[in-house]
Amino acid sequence: MSDVLVEIDDLKVHFPIKSGLLFDRTIAHVLAVDGVSLKIARGETYGLVGESGCGKSTLGRGLLRLVEPTHGRIIVDGTDVRALQGEQMRLFRRRIQMVFQDPMSSLDPRQSVESLLVEGLKAHDMHRDKAAVRQRLRSTLDSVGLPASTLNKYPHEFSGGQRQRIGIARALILGPELIVADEPVSALDVSIQAQVVNLLGDLQESLGLTYLVIAHDLAVVRHISDTIGVMYLGALVEEADGDRLYQRPLHPYTRALLSAVPIPDPWTEDRRERILLAGDLPSPVNPPSGCRFRTRCPWSQPRCAEDRPELRVFDDSGQRVACHFAEQIHSGELRMHEVHTELVRPAQGSAPDVGSGLIQTRNDLP
Amino acid sequence: MALLDVRDLSVVFRRRGAEPFTAVDGVGFTVEPGQTVGLVGESGCGKSVTSLAIMGLLPRRGNQVTGEVRFEDTDLLKLRPQDLRDRRGRDIGMIFQDPLSSLNPVIPLGLQVAEVLERHQGKTRQAALRQAGGLLDAVGIPDPARRLKEFPHQLSGGMRQRALIAIALACKPRLLIADEPTTALDVTIQAQILALLKELVDQSGTALVMITHDLGVVAGLCDTVNVLYAGKVVERAGRHDLFADPRHPYTHGLLQSVPRLDVDRGGRLHQIRGSVSDNIPWPEGCAFAPRCDRVIDDCVGATVPLEPTRRDGALRCTNPVPQEVPA
Repeated sequence: MSDVLVEIDDLKVHFPIKSGLLFDRTIAHVLAVDGVSLKIARGETYGLVGESGCGKSTLGRGLLRLVEPTHGRIIVDGTDVRALQGEQMRLFRRRIQMVFQDPMSSLDPRQSVESLLVEGLKAHDMHRDKAAVRQRLRSTLDSVGLPASTLNKYPHEFSGGQRQRIGIARALILGPELIVADEPVSALDVSIQAQVVNLLGDLQESLGLTYLVIAHDLAVVRHISDTIGVMYLGALVEEADGDRLYQRPLHPYTRALLSAVPIPDPWTEDRRERILLAGDLPSPVNPPSGCRFRTRCPWSQPRCAEDRPELRVFDDSGQRVACHFAEQIHSGELRMHEVHTELVRPAQGSAPDVGSGLIQTRNDLP
Repeated sequence: MALLDVRDLSVVFRRRGAEPFTAVDGVGFTVEPGQTVGLVGESGCGKSVTSLAIMGLLPRRGNQVTGEVRFEDTDLLKLRPQDLRDRRGRDIGMIFQDPLSSLNPVIPLGLQVAEVLERHQGKTRQAALRQAGGLLDAVGIPDPARRLKEFPHQLSGGMRQRALIAIALACKPRLLIADEPTTALDVTIQAQILALLKELVDQSGTALVMITHDLGVVAGLCDTVNVLYAGKVVERAGRHDLFADPRHPYTHGLLQSVPRLDVDRGGRLHQIRGSVSDNIPWPEGCAFAPRCDRVIDDCVGATVPLEPTRRDGALRCTNPVPQEVPA
């Protein structure tokens, strides 16, 4: 791999589950992210896909330390992010910015666009030179395709697509190198989604940005990503470049996921073979032993319950997969068998509200 | 004869101190017995309001529903509320988008399924509960006997949606209206639910009206597709025709703007400029005109009629996308 901007090594984010009347006792942990290692090259787009509750958003937030990781290393451009303290971390955030999913709830309804954008500049003491600020605001808005008259308006005056553009402008104004976009288009209508996807592409080209795009929509992720990582229950199960992942999915989960995405083409839909997964995502509090996917995997073997498969390089292409039997499944040696649905309790199994985690660890924010 | 014949259905919302707002503007379509019909469109195109109007579920005040909704021989819009209640759940079932908010959180699941059977088939509680167990089993909920006593929060999203399907299909309705039944679910769960719906509909010969924004869902499921824009049907065609040869610029643009898994990555996505709210309310002419690449003088001014096309389709456009394959 060429110039690596982000290196994540064995990252774990565990949320304690507390109980007790007088003393908070930690009774268990939600293993939201449990040992993820990945590298993002400078100027590329890394797409992270997975279903709700797989830990993809927590990983993104963990990378920015918006939730404090429990274990692991994060190296961004040679700096060990987890070693940074208070003020250093705050200043470092200028280089990594985030775009959130819901543009309505991530923009303060009582702040004008100008004040929304200038806020970031103030935090990094870049607001002193009035003329330069004006210039910067205008060029940033211009780059996301909004007119300068936007500055005096409030978020409610815009449509969903325009709000997402404001969200992107807010991330861009500090001139970051890495943008973590958490479901940037999933709240938008199809016709608007295309506009924002194209905008992200154009910005990457003109500004040389690196993206970590987190989304559940495989088609969107494949369209914009150079490398795609597939997550299941807190761990990466497969990683490959976009086209290869689609042409040759190796992990059973990736195969099922790809076969489940509806394709807007009746002929393809009529002919497609679907791998229907039984049941739901197991609880991240008490994940299955060994391979986490084995409870729903139609190829699972006795060994899967014992060893947890490591993410390993499959062949020269650099595709990585976490499955003991990837070769046998790929060659057709191993056949699918029936899987019995196990009932999953959402009360214990649901992912924690990451928003509240944000408040918990505010001590290093200004 | 058509099972459901919606003719010139309009819904106007009136609010004091505001202009009346036409959410649905002369929508018409038919559903034959056993057929699956799709209503597709983006948010704000009136697809959900259409389904609520058909079921008589819109609030009584503040809106005006006109037109005809003929279900077999009766016009549902003219029925008295108590007669309509007799038919809802018995002849027509409905599944909503969010399974958590459409189930009662404080009533055990079994009772919620049994309730329908008691109300419409006059069964005793015990008999109804016994049948409810069978229904939950039929929609693939594991260990149904135990689930009967449980509450909605104890089930996952996919399982809740299965329970809702069980309720909707309890009385073997002849028509099922599904309003975005899989939007709140993950793709693998969506695939489960769609497969289940398809299987149940095929088995029981129930007609299905599928309301969705996802063109992929439509491609795999619907016999006929109605594309809605700003409260009007802009194009209707069989699914193969619609996807192979979209004639309305909106349908055409929509199909091109979706990134697809099965084709090679292109550079940029086709984009439709502007957004739906740009032209609401629209005074006259085509509502899509301000966003359309093929707009001509005739598009603004006079209202564009919905005209029949070849192969039972219909199109509302003065300057349609040229046909690619000659018919």
